[in-house]
Parts: sequence; C-alpha cells; structure tokens
Amino acid sequence: MEPILKGRGLVKRYGRVTALDRCDFDLMPGEILAVIGDNGAGKSSLIKAVSGAVIPDEGTVTLEGKDVRFTTPIEARAAGIETVYQTLAMSPALSIADNMFMGREIRKPGWRGKWLRQLDRPMMEKLARDKLTELGLMTIQNINQAVETLSGGQRQGVAVARAAAFGSKVIILDEPTAALGVKESRKVLELIQDVKSRGIPIILISHNMPHVFEVADRIHVHRLGKRLCVIDPKDYTMSDAVAFMTGAKDAPEAA
Amino acid sequence: MPSSDNYESVVGKANAEIASFGGREKTLIDRFHHALHTTPALVPLIVLVSAIIVFGLALGSRFFSPFALTLILQQVQIVGIVAAAQSLVILTKGIDLSVGAIAVISSVVMGQFAFRYGLPPGLAVICGLVVGTAIGAVNGWLVAQMKLPPFIVTLGMWQIVLAANFLYSKNETIRSQEIAEQAPLLQIMGAKFEVGGAVFTLGVVFLVLLVAVLAFVLKHTAWGRHVYAVGDDPEAAELAGVNVKQTLISVYALAGLICAFAGWALIGRIGSVSPTSGQLLNIESITAVVIGGISLFGGRGSILGTFFGALIVGVFTLGLRLAGADAQWTFLLIGVLIIAAVAVDQWIRKVAA
Repeated sequence: MEPILKGRGLVKRYGRVTALDRCDFDLMPGEILAVIGDNGAGKSSLIKAVSGAVIPDEGTVTLEGKDVRFTTPIEARAAGIETVYQTLAMSPALSIADNMFMGREIRKPGWRGKWLRQLDRPMMEKLARDKLTELGLMTIQNINQAVETLSGGQRQGVAVARAAAFGSKVIILDEPTAALGVKESRKVLELIQDVKSRGIPIILISHNMPHVFEVADRIHVHRLGKRLCVIDPKDYTMSDAVAFMTGAKDAPEAA
Repeated sequence: MPSSDNYESVVGKANAEIASFGGREKTLIDRFHHALHTTPALVPLIVLVSAIIVFGLALGSRFFSPFALTLILQQVQIVGIVAAAQSLVILTKGIDLSVGAIAVISSVVMGQFAFRYGLPPGLAVICGLVVGTAIGAVNGWLVAQMKLPPFIVTLGMWQIVLAANFLYSKNETIRSQEIAEQAPLLQIMGAKFEVGGAVFTLGVVFLVLLVAVLAFVLKHTAWGRHVYAVGDDPEAAELAGVNVKQTLISVYALAGLICAFAGWALIGRIGSVSPTSGQLLNIESITAVVIGGISLFGGRGSILGTFFGALIVGVFTLGLRLAGADAQWTFLLIGVLIIAAVAVDQWIRKVAA
C-alpha cells in the first residue's frame, strides 16, 4: 500500500543545530500513526515540515503520490492537512465560532454576502455548535463566549473539533491530551477513533504512552532527528518503546 | 459505556448548581463585568452620557442646545476621523504616529495639485487620497514584511512625511478665498447645513458614516475578524490560516486613506490649505482611542468606543470653556481619563469565568 503522506530525506537546520537529519516518514491511509521521541528529538520539526509551518532545507514531501512543497500552513490546509498545534492557535478574545472558522469564514448568501461581504453568523454558530456537540463539549453554554473564558480542556476540545471539522486528508494532533483531565482526554481519544472510522488518517504526537498504545496502529519512534524505527504496539511494551526512544535499548532490525 | 455516561451526567448537574449559586452571590458586579467584556464601548458611553448630563445641569441651555452639541461634533470631526484610522492600527497591536502628518500632506497635495499644476479639483482630491494610502501602505509593508516595530516605523515616517510636506509646499499656505473661487470642491467637507438649530457639516456626516461602516466591517466581515485575530495573537492567527502580512498591510494602507480623508475634511474646517496645521492630531487621536477603551495591547475594543472617546474630549473641551475654566483644566481632566481608561482596560481583561 502506498503511503498517503510520505517524507523522504528531510533535513532542517537551525543555525548549527540539526533538528531533522535525513529523516523519512510514512503515513498509511486510514491509520493512526503515533510519533514518539524524547524532548528535542525533532518531533515538532518533523510535523512542522510536513504541515507547512517550516520549510525543510532538503528532502521531499509527497501527498497521495504527488510532490508537494508547502511554504505556509495555509497551503497545507488547502491541500487537506489540518493541524492542532500544541499552542492551539486560537485568538483568546474572539468567540468560539469566530475561532473555529478563522481563515475560512462563511459569507451570507445573496447580495449581503457578495457585496457587503457579510458573514453568515447564524450558520457558522450552528455548525460550530454541531461540531462541539459531536465532541461532547456541550458544557459550553454559549457559542459566542470568548475562548479565553474556557478551561484548558474546553479550548483543546474546540481546537480538535476545528481540525476534525475541516481536515479532509490528514489530521495532525500535537500533544492533544497534554493539558486535559481524565474525562476530557477520554473524549479526545474517542474523537480520534471516530475520525479514523471516517477513513481519515491521523498523526498523533504524544508523550502519554498509555494513550499512544491505546489508539495507535503503528508507532514511529523518533530519535536524534531521524526515524529510529516503526513498531507495532501489539508487539512491544511501553517500556520497550521508552527504551528505544531514549537509546537505552537498540532498535529492532526490521521496521 | 453505561458507567461513563452516568459519570458525565453527575458532573453536568454539579456544574449547574455551582453556577447558579455563584450567580446569586455576586450578580451585579459579575454582570457588569461581563457586559463590559462583551461590549467594550460601554465604559466610554457611560462617561460621555454622564459628562453631557453634568455639563448640561451646570451650564443649562448654553451647553444643552442643539447648536452647542453639534458644535462639539464639528470640533471633533477631524480628530474623530483620524482616531478611526488610529483605532484600526491599534487593534492590530500597532500604533501609527504618522497619522497627523499623512492627513496634512494629503491636504497639501490636494491643494498644490489643484493650484500649482492646475489639475481639476476632483482629480487633485483623488491624488491626495492616493498619496495618503501609499504612505500608509509603506508603513504597513515595513511593519509586516520587514518586521520593524510599528512605533519606530511610524515615528520615522512622521518625520519624513512632515519634512516632505514642508519641502514640497515651500511652507506656503493656499488662502481660503482662492480655494473658494477656483476649487470649491476642496472645501466641500466644510459645507454646512442646518436641521432645527443643529448645524452639521459634510465632514461630520462623513465621520458618522465612517464609524458606522468600520463598525460593520470589523464585526461582520472576515477581514474585520482577522484584524482582531492579528492584534490578539499574530502567531496563532497565522497558524489558524489568516494571512497576517496582507491583513497588516491593508490595515495601515486603509489608515492612510482615512487620514487622507481627514486631510480633505481639514481643508473644509479651516478653509485654507496650510502645511503647519494638524500638528496635534497624533496625540489627540491616540487619546481618543485610549479613552474609547481600545486596548493598546491589541485585539480588544470597538470603533464605537473611539467615537465616544473623541466626543468625550470634545464635551470636556467645550463644557469647560463655556464654564470659563482655564483650558489647562481640560488637559488635566483628559490626562486623568486616559489613565483611568487604561486601568479599566486592565480590569476588564481579568476574566471572571
């Protein structure tokens, strides 16, 4: 099977620091691929390189067999790659609905949309509410409340809902459960399964081994700027995975 | 999953109880705080209305008449228009110190193009508007593309534009009578009409329309939302899919265009084209914006607040003058208002969940 998203020989240097060292990367259609690695291993650089947030110095990225070269996250989004960043990328003073539709607002039909470029607020609010209900975030009472009035978990939920609503080919989640409580983490994991069942592959970056082992189909172990190995969570234990990513144990031969 | 369903429903009940309990405890302050948070123009509106009431009671019909109240509008029209431009820039966490200089050079271009080169007045006005927009766009390009701090860019641009203004105009004033005879279009923003004792000028009408249009655009268009998002957190906006650079450049260019309109209104107000006019517009526009409750930290506030802020300054100025107070009292009170407005801004920012 051909990978839907493929990286080959990716190199990214920041001054004298090499964040990505001829790194390869494969995401198969319909799978959940977890990316794990120690701090500073280059996980974020890898994800940014395939999602357009940084431009790799060398190497190629291939989406559905076609070479792509994203220079901004907007281009990656237009190609169907949706990312939830660790920082969530939301504007605190704006409402939930405003944030969910930031950069792809819906205009009113007819002359008010065409000539006055007026936004279709009722429509955007309705869609936003539907998405949040799907995610079980109905503790949010008012879709027009500012994002800064939400708890950390609720904000994360809104960001994930945004990605799930718009991602068509690949969804990338950077530490989606890091800021969440038990119940909200469960919701996000359920949502990840839900998105997968719709046939959209997911890249999950996480430090939380139980979460990774619960949902991932394959685990990409990142170490020193490149792919150390790809393991099947059914064949290895969590302590094996931690041993590989920290270098305590040599990687298995066959990826 | 029956157990987790039960668990959630229990949490739901508990939340509701806590919410209603808290609501009963401190309804008034909470609601007020919430209202201020969602409607930032409320504070300047309250101050404006109370100022009008206080001066109305103290001065009676001398102040509280259609003539006096519309006189305030005429006196704040230029500052109001420039402050509207300033609001846009400050909403993006920037500041534009060159607004006054852009307004003046635009008016000079309108006058000189009509008189020195003999262009038709309509064309001269368009040239002035283009020059204002172009200067604004250069500001925007330097801020967005070259990543220079807005304060520095516009501080430099202020000096450059002001000097260019004096060099180009050779420090000459075009007299009011000449304009009235040969190019009355330049003074049209000063054209007066009366509605039952209230006197309006086209410049005042323009100011009100401008505020209405900008309020709509900022609230109900994607571009307006992007302006707030860029001011709030530019990196988040970029990652969320906003073209930050384009938004910034368009904001500064639009600010330049609005300032050029202010320059046109300036000719209407003073009658002549003078390169030395409008020197205080920078500070006065920032004052109006701050009193109007727009946060200098970006992303918060509304254009209506700026309008009220400009009117507050106008009400204080006229009210105290009619009361026969020393003009310094006006400045003193406005200084107090500025500091109070920023204190209120900080209070509003403290979010009560």
